[in-house]
Amino acid sequence: MADPMKIRATVQGDVADVRVLMAHPMETGQRKQAGKAVPLHFIQSITAQLNGTTVFSADISQAISRNPVFAFKVKGAKAGDRITVTWKDNKGETRTDETTVRGGS
Amino acid sequence: MLQTRRTVTFGLVAALGAALLKPVRALAAWNQGAFQAKSTLDGMNALGITNPQDTQDIVIRAPDIAENGAVVPMDITSNIPGTTSISVFIEKNPFPYTGTFDFAAGAVPFVHLRAKIGESTPVRVVVAAGGKFYTAAKEVKVTIGGCGG
Repeated sequence: MADPMKIRATVQGDVADVRVLMAHPMETGQRKQAGKAVPLHFIQSITAQLNGTTVFSADISQAISRNPVFAFKVKGAKAGDRITVTWKDNKGETRTDETTVRGGS
Repeated sequence: MLQTRRTVTFGLVAALGAALLKPVRALAAWNQGAFQAKSTLDGMNALGITNPQDTQDIVIRAPDIAENGAVVPMDITSNIPGTTSISVFIEKNPFPYTGTFDFAAGAVPFVHLRAKIGESTPVRVVVAAGGKFYTAAKEVKVTIGGCGG
């Protein structure tokens, strides 16, 4: 099982700023270790939900950096709302984490 | 004899079914053809992106010179009304198509991502809005590549 994601969601006005850090090697298949190519291993798809409704989703390639960071913004989110993020990689591994939207400063 | 013929028929039906099911699944899921395309144009074709119009309404914030190609941060904002998705192509990477970000139910058409860039290249962004495609690009220079080593 992969390490948990770090998700932070903060409301600024009526827009929630969501930042996600995923722990993943994101191997491109191009890198060599001891003369052998390290096989492809990367996150392929991401889904983010606000209170159970999908608001943001992505299909990505191995060109995304190691330990991917993404940020997106959701209008109409309030403090206390639930943000759930799921990723799935090319080996079928998957991980879901969630957080609560916090009020802005 | 009859037994063999039946086996052959079953085999054919199974193969046909697999062939029919496959493209549908590929479309709904991760678009392998687009991700394996070796040029931006082939990637766009595989995604069904046709005639993207140049626009000033896509804001790409990325460093002019990236010191470390393994982690190049970029902020992409679309100011086009009705934006449903943002796709990113790093033109000189071995596989330019980097990803598509879809927005729904109140999500603002903005995304921050960090990508690997192998060599100095234009970063091309395609926005889908109202069934049309719009595009903009930004040149990013890389001093140390992000692929390999």
